[in-house]
Amino acid sequence: MDPFEYLRAADSDQAVAVVTEDPGTSYLAGGTTQLDLMKDGVLHPRRLVDITRLPLGGITHTESAVHVGALTTMEELAADPVVTERLPFVREALLLGASTQLRNMATIGGNLLQRARCRYFRDPTVPACNKRSPGSGCAAITGVHRMHAILGTSDHCIALHASDVAVPLTALDAVVHIQGVNGPRAVPLTRFYLPPGDTPHIENVLQHGELITAVEIPLLPRQARSHYIKVRDRVSYEFALVSAGVALVQEDGVIREARVGLGGVGTVPWRAWDAEDVLRDAPANAETFLAAARAALVGARPLPGTAFKIELAQRTLIRTLETVSGAEQ
Amino acid sequence: MDHVDVTLNVNDTEHHLRLDARVTLLDALRDHLGLTGSKKGCDQGACGACTVMVDGKRVVACLGLAAQYEGRRITTVEGLATNGELHRMQAAFARHDAFQCGYCTPGQIMSAVCLIAEGRAHSDEDIREFMSGNICRCGAYPNIRAAIRDVVAEA
Repeated sequence: MDPFEYLRAADSDQAVAVVTEDPGTSYLAGGTTQLDLMKDGVLHPRRLVDITRLPLGGITHTESAVHVGALTTMEELAADPVVTERLPFVREALLLGASTQLRNMATIGGNLLQRARCRYFRDPTVPACNKRSPGSGCAAITGVHRMHAILGTSDHCIALHASDVAVPLTALDAVVHIQGVNGPRAVPLTRFYLPPGDTPHIENVLQHGELITAVEIPLLPRQARSHYIKVRDRVSYEFALVSAGVALVQEDGVIREARVGLGGVGTVPWRAWDAEDVLRDAPANAETFLAAARAALVGARPLPGTAFKIELAQRTLIRTLETVSGAEQ
Repeated sequence: MDHVDVTLNVNDTEHHLRLDARVTLLDALRDHLGLTGSKKGCDQGACGACTVMVDGKRVVACLGLAAQYEGRRITTVEGLATNGELHRMQAAFARHDAFQCGYCTPGQIMSAVCLIAEGRAHSDEDIREFMSGNICRCGAYPNIRAAIRDVVAEA
Protein backbone atom coordinates (compact mmCIF):
# COMPACT_ATOMS: atom_id res chain seq x y z
CA MET A 1 0.00 0.00 0.00
CA ASP A 2 1.32 3.45 -0.89
CA PRO A 3 1.75 5.95 1.96
CA PHE A 4 -1.16 8.29 2.61
CA GLU A 5 -2.22 10.91 5.07
CA TYR A 6 -5.08 10.07 7.42
CA LEU A 7 -7.53 12.78 8.35
CA ARG A 8 -10.58 12.36 10.56
CA ALA A 9 -13.36 14.64 9.36
CA ALA A 10 -14.78 17.07 11.94
CA ASP A 11 -18.04 17.55 10.04
CA SER A 12 -19.43 16.75 6.63
CA ASP A 13 -18.93 20.28 5.28
CA GLN A 14 -15.23 20.04 6.04
CA ALA A 15 -15.02 16.52 4.62
CA VAL A 16 -16.69 17.54 1.36
CA ALA A 17 -14.50 20.65 1.02
CA VAL A 18 -11.27 18.73 1.65
CA VAL A 19 -12.04 15.90 -0.76
CA THR A 20 -13.46 18.16 -3.47
CA GLU A 21 -10.37 20.38 -3.67
CA ASP A 22 -7.95 17.49 -4.22
CA PRO A 23 -8.35 14.69 -6.79
CA GLY A 24 -5.89 12.58 -4.74
CA THR A 25 -8.08 12.59 -1.64
CA SER A 26 -10.78 9.97 -1.03
CA TYR A 27 -13.38 9.25 1.61
CA LEU A 28 -12.95 6.30 3.95
CA ALA A 29 -16.04 4.70 5.51
CA GLY A 30 -16.34 0.96 6.18
CA GLY A 31 -13.13 0.41 4.24
CA THR A 32 -14.00 -3.05 2.99
CA THR A 33 -13.56 -2.09 -0.67
CA GLN A 34 -11.30 0.95 -0.32
CA LEU A 35 -8.54 -0.69 1.77
CA ASP A 36 -8.77 -3.93 -0.17
CA LEU A 37 -8.11 -2.12 -3.45
CA MET A 38 -5.34 -0.03 -1.89
CA LYS A 39 -3.61 -3.22 -0.73
CA ASP A 40 -3.97 -4.62 -4.23
CA GLY A 41 -2.35 -1.51 -5.71
CA VAL A 42 -5.46 -0.50 -7.65
CA LEU A 43 -6.23 2.66 -5.68
CA HIS A 44 -3.52 5.13 -4.63
CA PRO A 45 -5.07 7.98 -2.64
CA ARG A 46 -2.52 10.33 -1.09
CA ARG A 47 -4.98 11.25 1.62
CA LEU A 48 -7.98 9.50 3.21
CA VAL A 49 -10.72 11.41 4.97
CA ASP A 50 -12.29 9.15 7.58
CA ILE A 51 -16.00 9.95 7.72
CA THR A 52 -17.00 7.16 10.11
CA ARG A 53 -17.42 9.60 13.04
CA LEU A 54 -19.81 11.88 11.17
CA PRO A 55 -23.50 11.80 12.19
CA LEU A 56 -24.58 10.10 8.97
CA GLY A 57 -25.87 6.87 10.47
CA GLY A 58 -29.28 5.94 11.76
CA ILE A 59 -32.59 4.96 10.20
CA THR A 60 -35.77 7.01 10.40
CA HIS A 61 -39.24 6.19 9.14
CA THR A 62 -42.11 8.08 7.62
CA GLU A 63 -45.48 6.81 6.36
CA SER A 64 -44.08 6.38 2.88
CA ALA A 65 -40.34 5.78 3.17
CA VAL A 66 -37.38 4.50 5.13
CA HIS A 67 -34.62 7.09 5.39
CA VAL A 68 -31.24 5.40 5.75
CA GLY A 69 -28.17 7.37 6.81
CA ALA A 70 -25.24 6.59 4.50
CA LEU A 71 -23.12 5.20 7.35
CA THR A 72 -25.78 2.71 8.42
CA THR A 73 -24.19 -0.72 8.21
CA MET A 74 -25.65 -3.58 6.20
CA GLU A 75 -26.40 -5.48 9.43
CA GLU A 76 -28.16 -2.45 10.93
CA LEU A 77 -30.40 -2.01 7.90
CA ALA A 78 -31.19 -5.75 7.79
CA ALA A 79 -32.32 -5.56 11.44
CA ASP A 80 -34.66 -2.62 10.88
CA PRO A 81 -38.22 -3.67 11.84
CA VAL A 82 -39.91 -1.73 9.02
CA VAL A 83 -37.55 -3.18 6.41
CA THR A 84 -38.16 -6.65 7.86
CA GLU A 85 -41.94 -6.27 7.75
CA ARG A 86 -42.52 -4.18 4.65
CA LEU A 87 -39.50 -4.81 2.43
CA PRO A 88 -38.42 -8.40 3.08
CA PHE A 89 -36.48 -8.61 -0.20
CA VAL A 90 -34.22 -5.79 0.95
CA ARG A 91 -33.44 -7.67 4.16
CA GLU A 92 -32.91 -10.93 2.27
CA ALA A 93 -30.54 -9.31 -0.22
CA LEU A 94 -28.55 -7.73 2.60
CA LEU A 95 -28.18 -10.97 4.54
CA LEU A 96 -27.23 -12.97 1.44
CA GLY A 97 -24.30 -10.62 0.79
CA ALA A 98 -20.79 -10.93 2.22
CA SER A 99 -20.32 -12.28 5.77
CA THR A 100 -21.60 -11.02 9.12
CA GLN A 101 -18.18 -9.51 9.84
CA LEU A 102 -18.18 -7.54 6.60
CA ARG A 103 -21.85 -6.55 7.02
CA ASN A 104 -20.95 -5.07 10.42
CA MET A 105 -18.34 -2.88 8.71
CA ALA A 106 -19.72 -2.10 5.26
CA THR A 107 -22.00 0.93 5.00
CA ILE A 108 -24.99 1.40 2.72
CA GLY A 109 -23.33 4.35 1.00
CA GLY A 110 -20.19 2.32 0.49
CA ASN A 111 -22.15 -0.68 -0.72
CA LEU A 112 -23.64 1.38 -3.54
CA LEU A 113 -20.16 2.63 -4.45
CA GLN A 114 -18.39 -0.72 -4.30
CA ARG A 115 -16.02 -1.26 -7.18
CA ALA A 116 -16.08 -4.03 -9.75
CA ARG A 117 -15.09 -7.53 -8.68
CA CYS A 118 -13.52 -8.09 -12.13
CA ARG A 119 -10.23 -9.91 -11.55
CA TYR A 120 -8.54 -7.92 -14.30
CA PHE A 121 -9.60 -4.62 -12.78
CA ARG A 122 -8.25 -5.79 -9.42
CA ASP A 123 -4.88 -6.92 -10.77
CA PRO A 124 -2.63 -3.98 -11.71
CA THR A 125 -0.17 -6.37 -13.40
CA VAL A 126 -2.79 -6.82 -16.13
CA PRO A 127 -2.20 -3.93 -18.53
CA ALA A 128 -5.59 -3.93 -20.25
CA CYS A 129 -8.39 -2.50 -18.14
CA ASN A 130 -10.36 0.49 -19.37
CA LYS A 131 -11.82 0.99 -15.92
CA ARG A 132 -8.45 1.14 -14.15
CA SER A 133 -6.50 2.67 -17.01
CA PRO A 134 -8.75 4.36 -19.61
CA GLY A 135 -7.96 3.44 -23.21
CA SER A 136 -5.90 0.36 -22.32
CA GLY A 137 -8.44 -2.23 -23.47
CA CYS A 138 -10.43 -4.94 -21.71
CA ALA A 139 -8.75 -8.19 -20.73
CA ALA A 140 -12.02 -9.70 -19.51
CA ILE A 141 -13.77 -9.77 -22.89
CA THR A 142 -11.25 -12.31 -24.24
CA GLY A 143 -10.37 -13.70 -20.82
CA VAL A 144 -12.14 -15.52 -18.00
CA HIS A 145 -15.44 -13.73 -17.60
CA ARG A 146 -17.83 -16.20 -16.00
CA MET A 147 -18.59 -13.66 -13.25
CA HIS A 148 -19.19 -10.79 -15.68
CA ALA A 149 -22.19 -8.93 -17.05
CA ILE A 150 -24.44 -9.60 -20.04
CA LEU A 151 -26.66 -6.53 -19.78
CA GLY A 152 -25.48 -2.94 -20.15
CA THR A 153 -22.08 -4.03 -21.41
CA SER A 154 -19.97 -2.33 -24.08
CA ASP A 155 -16.99 -3.26 -26.22
CA HIS A 156 -14.88 -1.50 -23.58
CA CYS A 157 -16.03 -3.12 -20.34
CA ILE A 158 -18.15 -6.03 -19.12
CA ALA A 159 -17.54 -5.66 -15.38
CA LEU A 160 -20.47 -6.50 -13.16
CA HIS A 161 -21.95 -4.42 -10.38
CA ALA A 162 -21.93 -7.03 -7.63
CA SER A 163 -24.13 -5.42 -4.97
CA ASP A 164 -27.05 -7.55 -3.81
CA VAL A 165 -28.96 -4.88 -1.92
CA ALA A 166 -28.77 -2.46 -4.85
CA VAL A 167 -31.01 -4.88 -6.78
CA PRO A 168 -34.14 -4.40 -4.61
CA LEU A 169 -33.21 -0.77 -4.00
CA THR A 170 -33.17 -0.16 -7.75
CA ALA A 171 -36.50 -1.93 -8.09
CA LEU A 172 -37.95 0.28 -5.34
CA ASP A 173 -36.86 3.57 -6.96
CA ALA A 174 -34.64 4.36 -3.97
CA VAL A 175 -33.22 7.87 -3.98
CA VAL A 176 -29.59 8.74 -3.26
CA HIS A 177 -29.09 11.94 -1.25
CA ILE A 178 -25.83 13.68 -2.05
CA GLN A 179 -23.92 16.57 -0.52
CA GLY A 180 -21.51 18.64 -2.60
CA VAL A 181 -19.73 21.95 -2.25
CA ASN A 182 -22.64 23.56 -4.10
CA GLY A 183 -25.25 22.08 -1.78
CA PRO A 184 -27.38 18.95 -1.65
CA ARG A 185 -29.04 17.07 -4.49
CA ALA A 186 -31.03 13.85 -4.83
CA VAL A 187 -30.71 11.29 -7.63
CA PRO A 188 -32.89 8.21 -8.14
CA LEU A 189 -30.82 5.03 -8.03
CA THR A 190 -32.14 4.13 -11.49
CA ARG A 191 -30.28 7.19 -12.83
CA PHE A 192 -27.34 7.10 -10.40
CA TYR A 193 -25.23 4.50 -12.19
CA LEU A 194 -23.76 4.99 -15.65
CA PRO A 195 -23.32 2.06 -18.02
CA PRO A 196 -19.69 1.69 -19.15
CA GLY A 197 -20.09 2.84 -22.77
CA ASP A 198 -16.69 4.11 -23.84
CA THR A 199 -15.95 5.58 -20.39
CA PRO A 200 -15.97 2.59 -18.02
CA HIS A 201 -13.91 4.51 -15.46
CA ILE A 202 -16.92 6.80 -14.84
CA GLU A 203 -19.32 4.60 -12.88
CA ASN A 204 -21.92 6.99 -11.52
CA VAL A 205 -23.10 10.60 -11.56
CA LEU A 206 -21.07 11.68 -8.52
CA GLN A 207 -18.57 14.46 -9.09
CA HIS A 208 -15.30 14.05 -7.21
CA GLY A 209 -15.91 15.14 -3.64
CA GLU A 210 -19.64 14.63 -3.63
CA LEU A 211 -20.69 12.59 -0.59
CA ILE A 212 -23.65 10.23 -0.25
CA THR A 213 -25.40 11.27 2.96
CA ALA A 214 -28.48 9.05 2.87
CA VAL A 215 -30.57 6.63 0.85
CA GLU A 216 -34.32 7.02 0.88
CA ILE A 217 -36.26 3.82 0.25
CA PRO A 218 -39.92 4.33 -0.69
CA LEU A 219 -42.29 1.80 0.87
CA LEU A 220 -44.64 -0.33 -1.20
CA PRO A 221 -48.37 -0.67 -0.47
CA ARG A 222 -48.98 -2.84 2.60
CA GLN A 223 -50.33 -5.77 0.57
CA ALA A 224 -47.15 -6.01 -1.52
CA ARG A 225 -45.09 -9.18 -1.25
CA SER A 226 -41.44 -9.49 -2.14
CA HIS A 227 -38.55 -11.94 -2.31
CA TYR A 228 -34.89 -12.09 -3.35
CA ILE A 229 -33.29 -15.22 -4.78
CA LYS A 230 -29.54 -15.48 -5.25
CA VAL A 231 -27.93 -18.29 -7.26
CA ARG A 232 -24.23 -18.87 -6.73
CA ASP A 233 -21.38 -21.36 -6.94
CA ARG A 234 -21.40 -22.09 -3.22
CA VAL A 235 -24.31 -21.82 -0.86
CA SER A 236 -23.05 -18.93 1.25
CA TYR A 237 -20.52 -16.08 1.24
CA GLU A 238 -20.22 -15.80 -2.53
CA PHE A 239 -21.18 -13.34 -5.22
CA ALA A 240 -24.22 -14.02 -7.36
CA LEU A 241 -24.05 -15.78 -10.68
CA VAL A 242 -27.52 -14.34 -11.10
CA SER A 243 -30.09 -13.01 -8.67
CA ALA A 244 -33.59 -11.61 -8.80
CA GLY A 245 -35.45 -9.24 -6.51
CA VAL A 246 -39.20 -9.05 -7.08
CA ALA A 247 -42.07 -7.22 -5.42
CA LEU A 248 -45.69 -7.69 -6.51
CA VAL A 249 -49.05 -6.21 -5.63
CA GLN A 250 -51.80 -8.62 -6.68
CA GLU A 251 -55.55 -8.37 -6.79
CA ASP A 252 -57.70 -11.44 -7.49
CA GLY A 253 -54.89 -13.22 -9.30
CA VAL A 254 -53.96 -10.19 -11.39
CA ILE A 255 -50.68 -8.32 -10.93
CA ARG A 256 -51.35 -4.64 -10.32
CA GLU A 257 -47.83 -3.51 -9.58
CA ALA A 258 -44.53 -5.22 -10.32
CA ARG A 259 -40.98 -4.31 -9.39
CA VAL A 260 -38.20 -6.40 -10.84
CA GLY A 261 -34.47 -6.07 -10.28
CA LEU A 262 -31.75 -8.42 -11.47
CA GLY A 263 -28.28 -9.00 -10.07
CA GLY A 264 -25.27 -10.86 -11.44
CA VAL A 265 -26.11 -9.82 -14.99
CA GLY A 266 -25.76 -6.04 -15.26
CA THR A 267 -22.90 -3.57 -15.43
CA VAL A 268 -25.20 -1.58 -13.15
CA PRO A 269 -27.83 -2.91 -10.70
CA TRP A 270 -30.43 -3.92 -13.27
CA ARG A 271 -33.98 -2.68 -13.33
CA ALA A 272 -36.01 -4.98 -15.59
CA TRP A 273 -38.45 -2.38 -16.90
CA ASP A 274 -39.56 -4.57 -19.81
CA ALA A 275 -40.42 -7.43 -17.47
CA GLU A 276 -42.46 -5.06 -15.31
CA ASP A 277 -44.41 -3.93 -18.37
CA VAL A 278 -45.28 -7.55 -19.17
CA LEU A 279 -46.34 -8.29 -15.60
CA ARG A 280 -48.47 -5.21 -14.94
CA ASP A 281 -52.19 -5.99 -15.22
CA ALA A 282 -51.46 -9.54 -16.37
CA PRO A 283 -52.68 -12.73 -14.67
CA ALA A 284 -50.14 -14.17 -12.24
CA ASN A 285 -49.47 -17.42 -14.08
CA ALA A 286 -46.68 -19.41 -15.71
CA GLU A 287 -47.27 -17.91 -19.15
CA THR A 288 -46.94 -14.37 -17.83
CA PHE A 289 -43.83 -15.21 -15.85
CA LEU A 290 -42.12 -16.82 -18.85
CA ALA A 291 -42.94 -13.82 -21.02
CA ALA A 292 -41.61 -11.46 -18.35
CA ALA A 293 -38.40 -13.45 -17.96
CA ARG A 294 -37.82 -13.44 -21.73
CA ALA A 295 -38.48 -9.71 -21.90
CA ALA A 296 -35.98 -9.08 -19.10
CA LEU A 297 -33.14 -10.68 -21.04
CA VAL A 298 -33.92 -9.45 -24.56
CA GLY A 299 -31.01 -7.04 -24.62
CA ALA A 300 -28.44 -9.51 -23.28
CA ARG A 301 -25.06 -9.66 -25.01
CA PRO A 302 -23.51 -12.94 -23.88
CA LEU A 303 -19.90 -14.02 -24.35
CA PRO A 304 -18.76 -17.64 -24.32
CA GLY A 305 -18.23 -17.60 -20.56
CA THR A 306 -21.50 -15.86 -19.74
CA ALA A 307 -23.92 -17.49 -22.20
CA PHE A 308 -25.31 -19.71 -19.42
CA LYS A 309 -26.54 -16.65 -17.58
CA ILE A 310 -29.39 -15.94 -20.00
CA GLU A 311 -31.20 -19.18 -19.21
CA LEU A 312 -30.18 -19.13 -15.54
CA ALA A 313 -31.39 -15.55 -15.06
CA GLN A 314 -34.74 -16.35 -16.71
CA ARG A 315 -35.25 -19.41 -14.54
CA THR A 316 -34.23 -17.51 -11.42
CA LEU A 317 -36.64 -14.70 -12.22
CA ILE A 318 -39.47 -17.16 -12.90
CA ARG A 319 -38.77 -18.95 -9.60
CA THR A 320 -38.81 -15.64 -7.76
CA LEU A 321 -42.06 -14.57 -9.43
CA GLU A 322 -43.64 -17.92 -8.54
CA THR A 323 -42.54 -17.59 -4.94
CA VAL A 324 -43.80 -14.03 -4.53
CA SER A 325 -47.10 -14.62 -6.31
CA GLY A 326 -47.75 -17.81 -4.36
CA ALA A 327 -48.13 -19.70 -7.65
CA GLU A 328 -45.58 -22.32 -6.62
CA GLN A 329 -47.88 -23.92 -4.05
CA MET B 1 2.98 13.57 8.01
CA ASP B 2 1.87 10.03 7.26
CA HIS B 3 1.83 8.94 10.90
CA VAL B 4 -1.07 8.96 13.33
CA ASP B 5 -1.28 8.94 17.11
CA VAL B 6 -3.87 6.42 18.16
CA THR B 7 -5.23 5.24 21.48
CA LEU B 8 -6.61 1.73 21.23
CA ASN B 9 -8.70 0.11 23.93
CA VAL B 10 -7.96 -3.60 23.61
CA ASN B 11 -9.26 -6.14 26.11
CA ASP B 12 -9.96 -3.32 28.59
CA THR B 13 -6.44 -1.91 28.40
CA GLU B 14 -5.57 1.41 26.73
CA HIS B 15 -2.56 1.55 24.46
CA HIS B 16 -1.06 4.75 23.05
CA LEU B 17 0.56 4.12 19.70
CA ARG B 18 2.26 6.16 17.00
CA LEU B 19 1.61 4.32 13.78
CA ASP B 20 2.14 4.64 10.06
CA ALA B 21 -1.33 5.60 8.79
CA ARG B 22 -1.36 2.41 6.71
CA VAL B 23 -1.31 0.10 9.75
CA THR B 24 -4.47 -1.98 9.86
CA LEU B 25 -6.18 -2.90 13.09
CA LEU B 26 -4.88 -6.43 12.60
CA ASP B 27 -1.25 -5.32 12.19
CA ALA B 28 -1.57 -3.00 15.19
CA LEU B 29 -2.79 -5.90 17.33
CA ARG B 30 -0.20 -8.39 16.11
CA ASP B 31 2.90 -6.34 15.38
CA HIS B 32 2.56 -3.42 17.80
CA LEU B 33 0.73 -4.93 20.77
CA GLY B 34 2.04 -8.50 20.53
CA LEU B 35 -1.49 -9.93 20.47
CA THR B 36 -0.87 -12.63 17.89
CA GLY B 37 -4.04 -14.60 18.58
CA SER B 38 -5.82 -12.83 15.74
CA LYS B 39 -4.40 -14.43 12.61
CA LYS B 40 -3.54 -13.02 9.21
CA GLY B 41 -4.90 -15.45 6.64
CA CYS B 42 -5.87 -13.72 3.42
CA ASP B 43 -5.48 -10.08 4.54
CA GLN B 44 -8.41 -9.18 2.28
CA GLY B 45 -11.48 -9.93 4.33
CA ALA B 46 -12.19 -13.31 2.78
CA CYS B 47 -11.13 -15.85 5.42
CA GLY B 48 -12.22 -14.53 8.83
CA ALA B 49 -9.04 -15.61 10.68
CA CYS B 50 -8.60 -12.04 11.98
CA THR B 51 -12.12 -11.73 13.41
CA VAL B 52 -12.27 -9.52 16.51
CA MET B 53 -15.09 -7.81 18.35
CA VAL B 54 -15.51 -4.03 18.18
CA ASP B 55 -18.10 -2.60 20.56
CA GLY B 56 -19.53 -6.12 20.81
CA LYS B 57 -19.80 -6.73 17.06
CA ARG B 58 -17.58 -9.00 15.00
CA VAL B 59 -15.47 -7.46 12.25
CA VAL B 60 -12.43 -8.49 10.21
CA ALA B 61 -9.44 -6.58 11.59
CA CYS B 62 -7.54 -6.71 8.29
CA LEU B 63 -9.91 -4.35 6.45
CA GLY B 64 -9.91 -1.49 8.94
CA LEU B 65 -7.19 1.05 9.70
CA ALA B 66 -6.09 1.09 13.32
CA ALA B 67 -6.76 4.84 13.35
CA GLN B 68 -10.44 4.20 12.62
CA TYR B 69 -10.83 2.24 15.83
CA GLU B 70 -9.62 4.87 18.29
CA GLY B 71 -11.83 4.82 21.38
CA ARG B 72 -13.73 1.72 20.28
CA ARG B 73 -13.85 -1.24 22.64
CA ILE B 74 -11.83 -3.98 20.96
CA THR B 75 -11.90 -7.57 22.18
CA THR B 76 -9.50 -10.18 20.81
CA VAL B 77 -9.34 -13.88 21.53
CA GLU B 78 -6.79 -13.06 24.25
CA GLY B 79 -9.51 -11.12 26.07
CA LEU B 80 -12.11 -13.90 26.24
CA ALA B 81 -10.82 -15.83 29.25
CA THR B 82 -11.56 -14.40 32.68
CA ASN B 83 -9.24 -14.96 35.66
CA GLY B 84 -7.41 -17.67 33.76
CA GLU B 85 -10.59 -19.58 33.03
CA LEU B 86 -11.43 -20.29 29.42
CA HIS B 87 -14.53 -18.74 27.89
CA ARG B 88 -17.09 -21.51 27.53
CA MET B 89 -16.75 -21.30 23.73
CA GLN B 90 -13.01 -21.87 24.03
CA ALA B 91 -13.66 -24.81 26.35
CA ALA B 92 -16.25 -26.24 23.95
CA PHE B 93 -13.81 -25.99 21.00
CA ALA B 94 -11.23 -27.94 23.04
CA ARG B 95 -13.79 -30.50 24.16
CA HIS B 96 -15.04 -31.11 20.63
CA ASP B 97 -11.62 -31.02 18.97
CA ALA B 98 -13.04 -28.28 16.76
CA PHE B 99 -9.80 -27.67 14.87
CA GLN B 100 -6.95 -29.40 13.17
CA CYS B 101 -4.13 -26.98 12.37
CA GLY B 102 -5.70 -24.31 14.59
CA TYR B 103 -4.91 -21.31 12.40
CA CYS B 104 -8.54 -20.30 11.87
CA THR B 105 -9.55 -21.15 15.45
CA PRO B 106 -9.24 -17.73 17.15
CA GLY B 107 -11.39 -16.21 14.40
CA GLN B 108 -13.86 -19.09 14.57
CA ILE B 109 -14.18 -18.66 18.33
CA MET B 110 -14.65 -14.89 18.16
CA SER B 111 -17.25 -15.33 15.44
CA ALA B 112 -19.03 -18.10 17.35
CA VAL B 113 -19.25 -16.00 20.51
CA CYS B 114 -20.84 -13.19 18.47
CA LEU B 115 -23.11 -15.61 16.61
CA ILE B 116 -24.73 -16.61 19.88
CA ALA B 117 -24.96 -13.00 21.06
CA GLU B 118 -26.71 -12.20 17.75
CA GLY B 119 -29.26 -14.92 18.52
CA ARG B 120 -28.49 -16.75 15.27
CA ALA B 121 -27.43 -20.19 16.47
CA HIS B 122 -30.89 -21.77 16.36
CA SER B 123 -30.17 -24.54 13.88
CA ASP B 124 -27.28 -26.17 12.06
CA GLU B 125 -28.47 -24.38 8.94
CA ASP B 126 -28.25 -21.00 10.68
CA ILE B 127 -24.87 -21.83 12.18
CA ARG B 128 -23.56 -22.78 8.73
CA GLU B 129 -24.94 -19.62 7.14
CA PHE B 130 -23.86 -17.14 9.78
CA MET B 131 -20.42 -18.71 10.33
CA SER B 132 -19.69 -18.73 6.58
CA GLY B 133 -17.32 -15.77 6.93
CA ASN B 134 -14.87 -18.04 8.75
CA ILE B 135 -13.11 -20.49 6.48
CA CYS B 136 -11.51 -23.68 7.85
CA ARG B 137 -9.30 -25.32 5.24
CA CYS B 138 -8.82 -28.40 7.42
CA GLY B 139 -12.57 -28.91 7.27
CA ALA B 140 -13.29 -29.04 10.99
CA TYR B 141 -16.77 -27.65 10.41
CA PRO B 142 -18.79 -30.54 11.94
CA ASN B 143 -16.86 -30.23 15.20
CA ILE B 144 -17.07 -26.45 15.15
CA ARG B 145 -20.85 -26.73 14.83
CA ALA B 146 -20.93 -29.30 17.64
CA ALA B 147 -19.00 -26.94 19.91
CA ILE B 148 -21.38 -24.08 19.14
CA ARG B 149 -24.45 -26.29 19.68
CA ASP B 150 -23.02 -27.30 23.05
CA VAL B 151 -22.62 -23.71 24.19
CA VAL B 152 -26.14 -22.89 23.00
CA ALA B 153 -27.47 -25.88 24.96
CA GLU B 154 -25.61 -24.75 28.09
CA ALA B 155 -27.16 -21.29 27.96
